[in-house]
Amino acid sequence: MSGLENKEMKIVGFLCNWCSYGGADTAGVSRFKQPTDLRIIRVPCSGRVNPLFVVKALLNGADGILVSGCHPRDCHYSDGNFYARRRLEMLKRLLPFLGIDHRRFHYTWVSASEGARWQQVVKDFTEVIHKLGPLNLTREA
Amino acid sequence: MSVDKLKDAVKQILNEVDIVIGYTEGFDKVHATPLFINTQDKVDQLIWDQRCVHNLASYLPSLKRKKVGVIVKGCDSRTIVQYIQEGLINRENVKIIGLPCSGVISLKKLLKAVDFANIDDITFEDNGNVNVKTEKETKTLSLMDIAPDKCKTCQYPTPLIYDILIGDPIKSDKPKESVYEDIIEFDKKSLEEKLAYWQKVFDRCIRCYACRNACPMCVCQDSCIAESREPHWISQRATLTEKFMFHLIHTVHLAGRCVECGECERACPMGIPVNTLKRKINLEMKELFDYVPGVNPDDKPPMYTFNVDELKIKEHKIG
Repeated sequence: MSGLENKEMKIVGFLCNWCSYGGADTAGVSRFKQPTDLRIIRVPCSGRVNPLFVVKALLNGADGILVSGCHPRDCHYSDGNFYARRRLEMLKRLLPFLGIDHRRFHYTWVSASEGARWQQVVKDFTEVIHKLGPLNLTREA
Repeated sequence: MSVDKLKDAVKQILNEVDIVIGYTEGFDKVHATPLFINTQDKVDQLIWDQRCVHNLASYLPSLKRKKVGVIVKGCDSRTIVQYIQEGLINRENVKIIGLPCSGVISLKKLLKAVDFANIDDITFEDNGNVNVKTEKETKTLSLMDIAPDKCKTCQYPTPLIYDILIGDPIKSDKPKESVYEDIIEFDKKSLEEKLAYWQKVFDRCIRCYACRNACPMCVCQDSCIAESREPHWISQRATLTEKFMFHLIHTVHLAGRCVECGECERACPMGIPVNTLKRKINLEMKELFDYVPGVNPDDKPPMYTFNVDELKIKEHKIG
């Protein structure tokens, strides 16, 4: 059941184990209400996120993708998120060329203490995806 | 440039290397084919003209442990520079014979120009005219009309890296801005139009993987994730989803590495503009990191490195 009124959308979130997953946990522990469209996948580091994870998810039925890691300079492995930033920026700029709205893919940085910020990110992103509607990239039912 | 000078140079370096890779006559008049020279008597089979379309530098990583001489055009030399950047070859093991080039032919365009008739003979004039004799007629074409797209905006007609240069260096007379004109033009279309376009062209893909096999930067060879079962990135179902995914694997793996030699498009039997997505990323790499693949051997590919403070990457707002 979505926190928003209309039908639930498929949003995939790739969260780094050390910061953003902790941040989402903080939001949960603090009982911050969030929409439930997001399905979280825990990864060791945002540097683990292959841009192809995002592509594969979008091609296979996801309507939006959220990637979140530690703030720059705060990476648990010291430089994972610096590599991630370059890769994800490359992907963000490629998507519109393929005819995919760049707003369907968002990458950001949330630390383990930022429960309220996490709630805001999820709320805002889910709202955007609901506004954009379902994505059907390959005309398959 | 006479081919005799080339033969002399090859004869000279053949003493220092195990093998020299060049071009020779193919199975008919319009095809050239790669030639591997290991003895002096094979040198006379060498040819050099506008039919020499292949990127011979592609062979170098698989011959890494050998001493190899290779004949390259300007565009092919970028492949070598990129290999050096990525540590895929040892510079001291390679002898590069550079040939300034003012354009080659595209077989697909040539066949179209003669209405797919059988070609009996083809000759090239210095002024850029191409005389084609088919079973029906004799036609004179302009080389630039039947050249691949990369030649029309070529910025590097003279090899960027070589040990021996044969002939006089040529300066590019094509404006720099023209290189990505088509990409910028396409990007102006609406999202729906762009998606419909890619759906249409990728639907043609028969997943023969010829583009990957021809690609000089696809160095994973037998470990390509398009064919691995673990992880199982794409299945063998012949759906648009899988075709789309395959092309995006190729694109993302070449991010900031593609030297735009156009071998993928030349190899494609379905006429898919395979190179376009890679060129779009190159355009972004130029803007973000001021990086052009295959130009300076001392550069580092942008995806292999980072800056703590990225000047051009701004944090995005949601929506």
